[in-house]
Order: sequence, then C-alpha cells, then structure tokens
Amino acid sequence: MFRFLLARLGILVPTFVGVTFVAFVLIRLVPGDPIEMLAGERGIGAERHAELMAQYGFDRPLWYQYGSFLVNVLQGDLGQSLVTRRPVLAEFLALFPATVELSLLAMLFAVLVGLPAGVLAAVRRGTFLDHAVMGASLTGYSMPIFWWALLLIILFSGMLQWTPVSGRIDLLYFFEPVTGFMLIDSLLADEPGAFASALRHLVLPAVVLGTIPMAVIARQTRSAMLEVLGEDYVRTARAKGLAPRRVVGLHALRNALIPVVTVIGLQVGLLFSGAILTETIFAWPGVGKWLIDSIARRDYPSVQGGIVLIAGVVMLVNLLVDLLYGLVNPRIRHAR
Amino acid sequence: MALLEIRGLTVEFRTTLGPLRAVDGLDLDVEKGEIVGIVGESGSGKSVAMLAVMGLLPRTTTITAERLAFDGADLLSLSTRRRRALTGKAMAMIFQEPMTSLNPCFTVGFQIVEGLRQHEGGSRRALRARAVELLEKVGIPAPEERLGAFPHQLSGGMSQRVMIAMAIACNPQLLIADEPTTALDVTIQAQILDLLVELQRERGMALVLITHDMGVVAETAHRVSVQYAGQQVELREVKALFADPRHPYTAALLEALPERSSGRLLPTIKGVVPGLRDRPPGCLFEPRCRLATAHCRAVPPPLAPAGDALARCHYPLFEGLPQNHPGTAERAS
Amino acid sequence: MPAELTEAADGIKQPGPLLEFWHYFRENRGSVAGLVVICIVVLAAILADLIAPYGPAEQFREHFLAPPVWMEGGSWQFVLGTDAVGRDILSRIIHGSRFSLVIGLIVVSLSLAAGVVIGLVAGFFRGWTETMIMRLMDIILAMPSLLLAIVIVAILGPGLVNAMIAVAITYLPHYVRLTRASVIAETSRDYVVASRVAGAGLGRLMFVTVLPNCMAPLIVQATLGFSNAILDAAALGFLGLGAQPPTPEWGTMLADAREFVLRAWWVVTFPGLAILITVLAFNLMGDGLRDALDPKLKRS
Repeated sequence: MFRFLLARLGILVPTFVGVTFVAFVLIRLVPGDPIEMLAGERGIGAERHAELMAQYGFDRPLWYQYGSFLVNVLQGDLGQSLVTRRPVLAEFLALFPATVELSLLAMLFAVLVGLPAGVLAAVRRGTFLDHAVMGASLTGYSMPIFWWALLLIILFSGMLQWTPVSGRIDLLYFFEPVTGFMLIDSLLADEPGAFASALRHLVLPAVVLGTIPMAVIARQTRSAMLEVLGEDYVRTARAKGLAPRRVVGLHALRNALIPVVTVIGLQVGLLFSGAILTETIFAWPGVGKWLIDSIARRDYPSVQGGIVLIAGVVMLVNLLVDLLYGLVNPRIRHAR
Repeated sequence: MALLEIRGLTVEFRTTLGPLRAVDGLDLDVEKGEIVGIVGESGSGKSVAMLAVMGLLPRTTTITAERLAFDGADLLSLSTRRRRALTGKAMAMIFQEPMTSLNPCFTVGFQIVEGLRQHEGGSRRALRARAVELLEKVGIPAPEERLGAFPHQLSGGMSQRVMIAMAIACNPQLLIADEPTTALDVTIQAQILDLLVELQRERGMALVLITHDMGVVAETAHRVSVQYAGQQVELREVKALFADPRHPYTAALLEALPERSSGRLLPTIKGVVPGLRDRPPGCLFEPRCRLATAHCRAVPPPLAPAGDALARCHYPLFEGLPQNHPGTAERAS
Repeated sequence: MPAELTEAADGIKQPGPLLEFWHYFRENRGSVAGLVVICIVVLAAILADLIAPYGPAEQFREHFLAPPVWMEGGSWQFVLGTDAVGRDILSRIIHGSRFSLVIGLIVVSLSLAAGVVIGLVAGFFRGWTETMIMRLMDIILAMPSLLLAIVIVAILGPGLVNAMIAVAITYLPHYVRLTRASVIAETSRDYVVASRVAGAGLGRLMFVTVLPNCMAPLIVQATLGFSNAILDAAALGFLGLGAQPPTPEWGTMLADAREFVLRAWWVVTFPGLAILITVLAFNLMGDGLRDALDPKLKRS
C-alpha cells in the first residue's frame, strides 16, 4: 500500500510542476503584455511602463520568471488579482467552500441515485425497469447541462416557484461564515428558516451538476454488477442459503464497487467542468464562476493561479480516490 | 425413504436458439451416509442437476420433476424462505474452482462465520471459535491466523479446504462436491478426496461426488450414476460397474482409463456429445456407439433393469457381450 | 434441422467483415435508432436551405417571442415560435445542425489525427519520448477540460474555429492514450515481429501493419468523441466564447435565450432539445459500434 502511494506521488509531483508550467505558458501566450492590461483603457506612459515591468519582474528572461513563479507557488504565493489586488490564494479559498459544498451534494445525489439504479437494472436485467434505467442514464449522459439547468429553472423556479433562481441563500439572512459551507453555517447561525433557504438554493444546482455523474455511475454499476453476478463466489454465497438481499447487496456489490469507485473518482475531475457552467447559470459564488469572471475581466494572475489550484485539487482528489480504491480492493491493500 | 429423492428431473435453459435441455428425466436416490458418484463428460448435465437440487440455477431456467425431495420435504413446493433455510445448512455444495468460489473482498473468517450466523447464530466469539475449529478440521495449519486472510493469499488447495469448511459448517446431511479436485494439482487432489471421504465417514453425511474422472469414482463412491447428454445411462454399485459395465458408454469410459489400457494407444470415444440441434431421435449415444443398430437409431431406449443395474440401452452388455443384439450371433460364429 | 443449418452455413460461406459488423450492429435497436436520427440530422444539415421555412437570420419585426403552434397565440407560420428578435426558431435549429455536425467532424478529425500520430510515436519510441508525451497528456488531463478550453479560447480569441481547436486539444489525451496502449499491445504480437523481420520500414510498420489493428477502440472513441465535441462546443457557445451571435449555433442560441427563461420557455427548450437528441443519437450509435466491433465483449 505504501509503495503504491509512493508510486502515485512519484507521478503526481512532476505532473503538478508541469501544470504550473503550462499555466504559466498559457498566460504568457495571451496577446498583449500584463502591464498594459493592468493599465486598461487609459493607457500608460513608456517610462511608467518600464518601471512597472521591472517591479513585477516582467523584464527578466522567461525561464527566470517561471522559476520564481514556481518557487512562489510552492510557497503558497500565487500572485495578486489585477482587479481586487488581493492574493489569488485568498480569493480562491474564500470561494472554494461554495464549490465544494455544491460538488459534494452533487456527488451525493449522483451516488445515491446512480448506484441503486444501476444495481436494480442489473438484478432485473432485460425487464422494463432495466431499459428505463439505461435509457434515463444514456439521456443524462448526453445532457447539455447548461440547458438542463435552464429547463429545471423553468419548471421549478418559474412554473412551480419552489426554488430560487440563483445565489446560495436569501438575502435576508446574514451571518458570519464559520465553515464556509452554507448548510452548516446556517444551522450554526440559529436563524429560523436559514437552513431551509440554503437547502432550497442548493437543490437545483446540485441536481444539475450531479446529472452526468449519476448517469455514468448508473451505467458503470450496472455493467459491473452484471459481471459480478455471474461470478462463482456469488453462487457460493447463494449456496450458503443467504437472503438475496445479502447476496446482491453485500457479496456482489462489494466487488462491483471496485470499478465503480474508479469511475466515481474520474467524475470528480469532470465535475469542475460542470461546476463552471452550473455556477455561472445559478450565479453560485464558487471558484468556477470566479474563473469565468476572471477570464472575462482579463484578470490573468487569477486565471493562472486558479488553473494551478484547481488542477492541484483534482490531482489530490484523484490520489484520495486511489487510496479509496486500495481500501475497497483487498488485493491491492495486501500487495506484497 | 432416501435422503434425496429425484424422479424425472428435467432442466431446460432458455437460449436464443430455443430451449436447451441440460438434464433429461434424471432419477436418482441418495441414501443417508452414502457416497454417490455422478460421472460424465462435460455438458452431460451432471452439475446442472445438482445445482437444481441446491436451487442455485438462474430464475430463467425451467425445472420440472415428478418428485424432488430432500429428507421427505418436497423441494419444488417449498417456499423460497424455507428452501433457503435448507441450503447451506442441511445440504451444502462445493465447486470446481476454489480460487474463484471464494469472495475476494472478504476474509476467510468472515465467509465461514457468515453461513454459521445465518443458520445457527451465536455470539461473535462462539462463531469465531467454531470457525477456527472448522479450519482445523479441514487440515489448515495455523487456523487462527488464517481467519484474517483474504482468498488471494491462499493456494488452490487451501481455498478448497476453506470451501469444505464452509460447506460442513452447519453439519449438512448432504454434501454435493462438483468436481472438487479438477482445478487442483495432482498431489493435492488425493488429499482433498481423502479429506472429503474422511469427513463423510465421520459425520455420516451423504456425499454426491460429481466428476469426469472414473478413477476418483472407483476410489471413493459406493454407487455410480453415469450421465450422457443430460440422461442417466447407467446406475450401479461401484464394484460391479467396474467389473462388468452394462452400458456401452460406461464400457467405453472404462476402456479409456490409462490403467486399464493394454495397447500402445489409449482408446478414445470417437465423436462428441450431441448438442442442442443435433440430438438423434433414438438413443442419444447411438452416433458414437459401435453396437448401434437401426432399432437404436429409431427408438430411444428406456432406463431399464439389466441384471443388478439400471441401464439405458436396448442391448445391455453382460461380460462385454450385448444381449439380444442382432449382430451377436454373427460375431460369435 | 441440422441439415437446414449446414445448408444455411454453406450458402453464406464466410460473410464479409462489413456484413458481419452490420449483423451485430443491427441487433441493437437503440444504435439503429441513433443511426436513423443521425441520418436525419445530416439530411437536415445538407438540405437546410431547402427545408427551413426561413433564413436563419431573417427577422419578423411584428412577431417577437411568438409561441409555438400548439400554444395559444401560436400559428403555423412559426411552428416552434420565434425568438426575442423575431427569428423563426425552427429555421435556426435546422441551420444550426450544420454547425453541430461540422464541429463534431472537425474536432474529432483534429484530435483523432493528432492523437493517433502522437500515440504511435509514444508506442513505438518507448523511453524518454514516451515518458514526456504521456506526462504532457497527464498534465492536460489534470486540468478540467472546459476550463482548459476556455483558457485556450481566451488566448486565441472567441469564435467558432478557435473553440473547435480548443476542444480538440482537450480531447487529445484520450486518443493518445488509447493509441499508445493498443500499439504496445500489438507490437508484441507475432505478426508485427514477422513484419519487422521481413524488413518493413518504421513508417510502414506504424501505419500499415499496426495501426489498422488498433482501429476498433479508436472508432468507438471517435463516435463518442463526436457527442462530447458537440456538447463542449455548445457549452463554449453558451458561455459566449464559441460561435458568436447571430450564428445559429445551438449553444449560442441558448446563450441569447437565457434572459427569457421565465418568459418564453420555447426559446430555451428547442435548441437544447436539438443538442440533446443529436448527442444522444451519437452516444447510442457509439454503444452499438462498440458492441459490434467487439462481439466477444458483447457475448459475455
């Protein structure tokens, strides 16, 4: 297990350095130099320009600039936002909990719906239920989620008026963020109705963001279950006289989870792409929306830092999933 | 009354080409404390019949029988819940591939205790003690340490011992062993067979031994049922069967045993077991039988008494000679 | 029965690979349905000028946000209603099918061609070349694809062509990995060794000997990539970074329609439905292709 982890880290670290390099290069490729961008429409004198270039180190050779960027990144310094003048890391960390909250709930939804649906479809293979689950899953998988979000808004916010259109909580509630997770903070704040309001704001975005992972998990669970249900050990379990629920829900599912966990892990990486769209549509104040806004505002240090941070988070999550994979699969856990 | 009574058991699988009859009218009684060998080539339906007895076939299979009873209880009319209470407790089964028959995600201890808890219950500690005892019984060294082992850490022979421990956990009256040694090394095979016979004697349980190996049958079984293409072709005491086989198929199987062969080349049975689409209208063995006549091709023979045996043949052999065979006279002359 | 069977077998003799493929493909009703829908979309794209009632940019100033025909106030003049500036939605969707298909085609061709070449190189020249290529692919994969696409578009400037290039780059790693994996699996086979021994040059070995045997997974990935490309390009359009208004690209149409979400649902619903149906069709067909190209997998 330890070796397994070490091997993973051995790939992870160079990849992360590579990401910083790519992020650095990408931003340098943007037409126009950063100081002109900073100055904006007003323009800037040649002398002041040179002065600022020197101040920010932009007159140094590129390899030197990258070197100092990398060193800064490794020390947790991702530069300053051109717009707010605050450190990029601080901006990111302030918004990150909102994205995590949304993503966690989306994954929760995806797993809670996708896993049982996949198991049911496999157990009732060939029935109407199976076809319905697979049809729904393929549709979910093909869904343009930005459109799906609009449809749900039309239905639940427009026609039924059940959920708000945007934001994290009604404006009449205000409390100091403690954890950054609105659901927890609203409970801590002890304001009546705050939690319900936060939840109602969260439901639609979470469903939208969880739709594709749900579809993928349902499909993968079904095929993994179908494979596992034909295994000898499932027959052994049945030969013990165990109830079908235990045979399917414990003996089969436990094995089917191994590939499913991998797929769930892959979804986490894709979740950020979805979060960008979801947060933009629901005006959800998370890092996805922040990045889009930063690009629109040409706030390149923020974009550069955001890419590095998000890629870092994705890699960390993938590492966690690998660990989880080791936990579900005894063959890896006990590898000698 | 026999422990296991099977009369006219028929099992059909639904396939895209139409129903496939894997077992065709099987009759078999297994007495308490008896070892019955079921012999046949792959595809002869020997495993399927016993899986039907255990209730382990998929729901899409059609199982019909005039009578299928265990210890007097009609298995086909039993509620699934009552049936499950029997499976794994009064009757148990071990399989051909021990390595894949254990669940790779759970420890050996968990898998043994699970069956015990299901049928007998008990405190965690008591169950654990029972599991250790069982592992000891089946000859696994350092049983306490083995409880925490995962199946991939065990060898094939060890895995089969664990399977046996699981099967005998609740003191079954009937143990079905489906080719228990086929997947194992030759040296281990004898050990596992000895273990099975020893346990059978000690506990007085009935043992059904499914195998394609006549040698295994000769060493262990009391009675033998020879299966061919889903049908029983001969049912017999083991010694008599080996001394004087009644059915030409049995005779051919015995001739193919290396220790019996006298010539330089090992005799084989030409041809293959008939499949779904090429079942002959008469005797199923007729296309491969050197004694087949026009009568054999037209009329399927019933399973009929032939001396001390039941044989499904129009011309059962006595001392190697077919009875009432039109060609016998010519051959004798 | 047996006689009939043998006769049939004799009659067919070895069915051609294409016929065999079609036999397996046909078994899957879903994928046939997908194929039919794709054919319809292709026809709509080719014949857009003939079948669309109006031009995609034609405005009817007296008909802003006219509802579809079955709603109160709707008329047969605008079957699916009109948008905020009085353009016929049906016509725009029909014309939009051209963009989606072209996007899919170009994105898949770009990433497939580049991915196959890079993958072949990685598979044939092991060692450092391979490590560098695969690490670079890891890096691309570590960044959320849409984010990467957005940044690339930000560099190249918004627009349909740049959006397609951006999306193609984000899909590159999948083809590279797939090609490399099958190349490595294939190069150890006897026929490759034989070809090498017979003196085949590297180029021939790569493209003539090995590549055709790696095609099956690539074809499947390409079909599924088609649907992803359409989705991602539409997402970029929706974010205002892809095709620019008034292009009747489906994602861009949705971006235009966003502010009318609660007032005129049809402006939002139909372009999205078009995306969904097209993508669904490609996914259905991709599933069928995978099963048909790998019968062993299907039988299990």
